[in-house]
Amino acid sequence: MMKGRVHSIETMGLLDGPGIRTIFFLQGCPLRCSYCHNPDTQQLAGGTEMMPSEVVQTAKRYLPYYRRSGGGITFSGGEPLLQGAFLLETLKLLKAEGIHTALDTSGFGHEMFFDEILELVDVVILDIKHFDRDEHRKLTGVKMKGRNPFLSRLAAYDGKIWIRHVMVPGLTDSKRSMDHLYQSIQFLAKKIEKIEILPYHKMGVEKYEALQMAYPLENVAEMDHEQAYVYQEMLREKLIRDQRRKVLTPAV
Amino acid sequence: MSKWENLNAGKWQDVIDVRDFIQNNYKPYLGNEAFLAGKSQKTTILWEKAEILIAEEIRKGIIGIDTETFSGIAHFKPGYLDKENEVVVGYQTDAPLKRIMNPYGGFRMVEASLDAYGFEMDEELKADFQEFRKTHNEGVFDAYTPKMRKARSVGLLTGLPDAYGRGRIIGDYRRIALYGIDRLITERKNDFATLANQAAVEEMIQLREEINEQLRALEAMKEMALSYGIDISQPAKTATDAVQYLYFGYLAAIKENNGAAMSLGRNTAFLDIYIERDLASGMITEEEAQEMIDQFVIKLRMARHLRTPDYNVLFAGDPTWVTEVIGGLGTDGRSMVTKTAYRFLHTLTNLGSAPEPNMTVLWSEELPESFKRYCAKMSIDTGALQYENDDLMRPIYGDDYGIACCVSAMQIGKQMQFFGARANLGKALLMAINEGYDEVKTDKSGHLIRMIDGIEKIEDGTLNYEEVLERFNQVMEYLAELYVNTMNTIHYMHDKYAYEAGQMALHDVFVHRFMAFGVAGISLVADSLSAIKYAKVTPIRNEAGITTDFAIEGEFPKYGNDDDRVDQLAVDVLEKFVAELKKHPTYRKSEHTLSVLTITSNVVYGKKTGATPDGRKKGEPFAPGANPMHGRDEKGALASLNSVAKLPYEGVCQDGISNTFSIVPAALGKESEVRYANLISILDGYFEQKAFHLNVNVMERAKLVDAMEHPEKYPTLTIRVSGYAVHFNRLTKEQQMEVIQRTFHEAM
Repeated sequence: MMKGRVHSIETMGLLDGPGIRTIFFLQGCPLRCSYCHNPDTQQLAGGTEMMPSEVVQTAKRYLPYYRRSGGGITFSGGEPLLQGAFLLETLKLLKAEGIHTALDTSGFGHEMFFDEILELVDVVILDIKHFDRDEHRKLTGVKMKGRNPFLSRLAAYDGKIWIRHVMVPGLTDSKRSMDHLYQSIQFLAKKIEKIEILPYHKMGVEKYEALQMAYPLENVAEMDHEQAYVYQEMLREKLIRDQRRKVLTPAV
Repeated sequence: MSKWENLNAGKWQDVIDVRDFIQNNYKPYLGNEAFLAGKSQKTTILWEKAEILIAEEIRKGIIGIDTETFSGIAHFKPGYLDKENEVVVGYQTDAPLKRIMNPYGGFRMVEASLDAYGFEMDEELKADFQEFRKTHNEGVFDAYTPKMRKARSVGLLTGLPDAYGRGRIIGDYRRIALYGIDRLITERKNDFATLANQAAVEEMIQLREEINEQLRALEAMKEMALSYGIDISQPAKTATDAVQYLYFGYLAAIKENNGAAMSLGRNTAFLDIYIERDLASGMITEEEAQEMIDQFVIKLRMARHLRTPDYNVLFAGDPTWVTEVIGGLGTDGRSMVTKTAYRFLHTLTNLGSAPEPNMTVLWSEELPESFKRYCAKMSIDTGALQYENDDLMRPIYGDDYGIACCVSAMQIGKQMQFFGARANLGKALLMAINEGYDEVKTDKSGHLIRMIDGIEKIEDGTLNYEEVLERFNQVMEYLAELYVNTMNTIHYMHDKYAYEAGQMALHDVFVHRFMAFGVAGISLVADSLSAIKYAKVTPIRNEAGITTDFAIEGEFPKYGNDDDRVDQLAVDVLEKFVAELKKHPTYRKSEHTLSVLTITSNVVYGKKTGATPDGRKKGEPFAPGANPMHGRDEKGALASLNSVAKLPYEGVCQDGISNTFSIVPAALGKESEVRYANLISILDGYFEQKAFHLNVNVMERAKLVDAMEHPEKYPTLTIRVSGYAVHFNRLTKEQQMEVIQRTFHEAM
């Protein structure tokens, strides 16, 4: 059976999906976001090898917590779609056990697994890095169009979607940026349950030092929490307006 | 109003049976906290004065000591802080926070305490006492064997109650309110009469003597209450009476005794019956109902015992363990949460957060949702609650048990325990590797101290798991026997010289006794055995051949990550140790139990223990209670909780397993309601797996660091340590550092 590479496990995830969740941080990410706070998950090599059945065994130890809270398993990373085959295999086993599943992704990965994966995922937490081609490339080191295959499949996805965006001062903290961001996901509005603007923080800095990597946002301040909250509410209002409308504007 | 008016009849009227009274009369409350009232004007005034006095006490270390009187139920004149505004009256001495000299446990302890605070005992009193009276402490040391003394001196057995009161006994203080003292006296006299034809063997002689001690104590309670102008000979007629009489019972206990833990029991459903009756008849308002409880709690917050500064290093913050259990279910499945359970918790809002009384929620999955939510809210807001698993205890103890100290369950008025502090398992493991020698201490002439004979030498090089385990088992076998014999000696002498007549008068005449043994260091022992088994551990020894450190090569599973390979090692050690304890007969045929609890003494244990094979360095603190070692739980909080949940309660660690959990608020969720819901889910999930206890701290580490530097900014910052809560400012610097180093679960 195939094995996956797991960077670490957090057994009390309360933020990444509904309820109490066990979070498997998978190793490896095609993106190199300037603000990445888990740079130690970027390389595909490393982490601990686990079989899909081991993931399920671990998850099952927390069933009492899931049952009560409506929680389950979240795959995060790194970019979990990068280990598509392993992810798919594991999701199948989890679903056979009736465990709720969430996928925390920026949408970059191997296209051939997407359809099947999405059928087995209850919540997609979609991390929108940026909505402008050039800026996306600058921020993440990769082309924005790389996520299109995944996004286009979300149009037909029948689970719930949470949208996330990390707001960095001077990059996207403007009303105009928020309008752009919203336009890029508007076609999913009906399925979006939550939009979260996460204020950029520097908690990952020590990891860069430990890995002897340069910290790309050395001179950027942390994002003001209240300001980020104001933008988040702005987006939520837009979302609610759209959700009340019967006919949605077509995909951008 | 005559006695017992508008109360449902039951067998409680014919025999002393408080539980039957409660079950026949209490009303479960399923609603939320919206009905609660703020603090009354009287309470506001009184609490302001009390707070000023408490602040002065913290500044000075002590407010006063009565140096002319010894402890005793009716030994002090009445005391008031503000008579006009005191709805519930009574202090231990003639002035609030003035402490009592209790010489019966140990005279030197009293002298050392007086000395530390610059007081002197009345000359005549001192001379007379020393000439005519022997103490528990003297008795114990007359009967200790050299090995017992040695185990104590090297710190293999520590915190033994051989120089002060043992505590951990809960009188059924409710009996005074329900029956009045006169009825209790009559019943106890009848008890004596029914024993009249029994042979006068040692047990019976002892019991008869105790019954008469108890009768005198009951008379003394009446006298003490009368000095406040209150007659407690007859049953309480009103809710105000009920609270006051019950408090007098507790007050008698803390005037007579100075045990480490003097707990209160299970009183909210009982008091609720009186309060709801008086509310229904229009005699009182909700504000007055809350006033009674607030003022009762003010009194409980002002209970004090005279301690030495050394004692404070072991158990920090002047704790009294006025533990009150709240909630739980009845054996019939009805919730025992009443409005008064809310009123009691609400004192944390009205009076602000405080460590005492030690509020202990008996958690059941079936508790009303609104109560669960309220508890979660109060935990997050005040940090003052601990949780214990009612679904685990109820099948063993029924529905009228309380908790003594932190985690020790007992049926109120029917069971008691002989407190036994704890054995240092970390040190025991090192003795297995060091031929039975202590790894730290030497005698006066500088020679190594051999605690245990017959432990074979371990050859140089990497430690072999089987060899170490075999020797460790040998050490545990020896230690268990020594421990039981030491405890027997202590409690024989305590009964003889410092008997708790007042508290035992509020029990059935025949009580079930537990002998509560304890261990410290289970997590580091599990990790050490795991390291030896799964990695390569090589001892580093000094010239004398004693280990000073260990070289560890390779990885090994660590307790706290829900990994059975190591968690099972912890279980095995506990099962082995309790099985060994049970092989040895106990004083008064008491039932052996075991706790995994350190309170704050994990810091002191660490200081006295050399480096251990898990990588812990010499002098570093142990983890508190059953917690994983600091920072070794790497898979998040639930993996850590799951590891602790594996330690078996019933029949193994049946004196309780303490676990302290710290989480930063943001990791619990973004909005308040989400945080409450998540905390409830954590508690439900944890306890569903038969876990026993959880202390919950919801706070930022940074706040504690700031409080260390600027204590004046956080006068009431309360933190749960191991089994109790304490004002953070009253911990020693070392204890504060240890708390800060504990794992704080954060959001990823």
